[in-house]
Amino acid sequence: MHFTINGQSHEVEPDIRTSLLDLLREHVGLTGSKKGCDHGQCGACTVLINGRRVNSCLTLAVMHQDDDITTIEGLGTPDNLSPMQAAFVKHDGYQCGYCTPGQICSAMGMLDEVKKGWGSHVSKDLTNPELTDEEISERMSGNICRCSAYPNIVDAIREVAGADA
Amino acid sequence: MKTFDYAKADSPEAAVAAVGTGTKFIAGGTNLLDLMKLQIETPDKLVDISRLDLAQIEEREDGGLTIGALVPNSDLAADPRVVEHYAVLSRALLAGASGQLRNKASTGGNLLQRTRCYYFYDTAMPCNKREPGTGCSAIGGFNRILAVLGTSEQCIATHPSDMAVAMRALDATIVTLKADGDRRRISIHEFYRLPGDTPEIETVLEPGELITHVELPAPPKGNQIYRKVRDRASYAFALVSVAGVLSVEDGKIASASFAFGGLGPMPWRDAAVEAALVGKAPSDAVFEAAATALLADAKGYGSNDFKIPLARRVLIACLRDLTGAAS
Repeated sequence: MHFTINGQSHEVEPDIRTSLLDLLREHVGLTGSKKGCDHGQCGACTVLINGRRVNSCLTLAVMHQDDDITTIEGLGTPDNLSPMQAAFVKHDGYQCGYCTPGQICSAMGMLDEVKKGWGSHVSKDLTNPELTDEEISERMSGNICRCSAYPNIVDAIREVAGADA
Repeated sequence: MKTFDYAKADSPEAAVAAVGTGTKFIAGGTNLLDLMKLQIETPDKLVDISRLDLAQIEEREDGGLTIGALVPNSDLAADPRVVEHYAVLSRALLAGASGQLRNKASTGGNLLQRTRCYYFYDTAMPCNKREPGTGCSAIGGFNRILAVLGTSEQCIATHPSDMAVAMRALDATIVTLKADGDRRRISIHEFYRLPGDTPEIETVLEPGELITHVELPAPPKGNQIYRKVRDRASYAFALVSVAGVLSVEDGKIASASFAFGGLGPMPWRDAAVEAALVGKAPSDAVFEAAATALLADAKGYGSNDFKIPLARRVLIACLRDLTGAAS
């Protein structure tokens, strides 16, 4: 099977049952994406598929051979952090850090959804809603932080969103 | 997870032709893979339909919309035509799941979601839906999230979808392709089955029948609302939800359409609710009568008794909002 991950081609032959998350971690050596619940409830495994955020634990690798997959490793490096990674560091948007790669990938996908004008459950007006803190919290509800760093996560995302505006 | 054969379909016709015994279609996979990991679903074969050309939303000449079965929940919720003319559907979709799941979950798959009954998920416990004939652990067990309408002695599971509740209020039609190549159109009102003695059979779909589209009729008149009550503010299934469409003309309710989530084994709709409303001037007495009609046959199982007064209050609150009647 052929995969395109963070712009690089990979040829691997995983078992047909392999989730995209297990492909990334066990077959390609990209261990940034984390396995929390393995059932789509915690968001630690969030990656971008063709720019859209998804739970990599709840999809089969075999179904994504034609897609562009982006993981936390594709967003930045320790020496060259992406703006969202830098903002999480600046605002201390974590304690243990386990959920952080998923939080950051999810935040990137989420800001793209806001740019497209997508509303959310808390939007009064479903067309071109403003990105308030309440909106950030609602839109990030698929990412659980067991350390409860939520206020700082919202701070980091707000800063990056403001810089983009 | 048990292993399976995998085939990727390049057309709906090829998809239904690829069906054998123990075959499931997979699109978003967000519910199916979850269940396969727990070996609640153990298909022998998966037919991957995720790349079929069924991801468009098209306007029809009669003013309605035809939604491809593979349109992701996110895209359906954000479609400008849905936002403007079927706000109850956008609101229901946005009240469900998380951003990540909505990006993956398909329209057809959402209709076919399985219950989140604790005992359906717990393979160590009896469950008639998972293993017919083993019994229902929820009756007499932890049933706080389960049904109060349409239950049987075999099963009290709820249908988990928000989207399907809005579609039931909107009189959607489900279009399918059968294994023999025939197409059929099924009203959403005829699509789901009550549990009765066969809770494992949830819809009228035949083996190998593929949902290709969902049709919405021309936009309804009046105001629309989706209100969901749940245990936390986001990313939780409904305890009670109400999808409502209502119009008022000359001081009287001219049309009303209400469907309910969290109450029954299917997105629930009861003509008696609408009969209690149409032709009447909006008032709390009328709203109370509609709620009484809805809940006339409601039966609690202990921990979920609270749903009966909760459903009454949520429906009345929605009716006040839709008619502009102050409480």
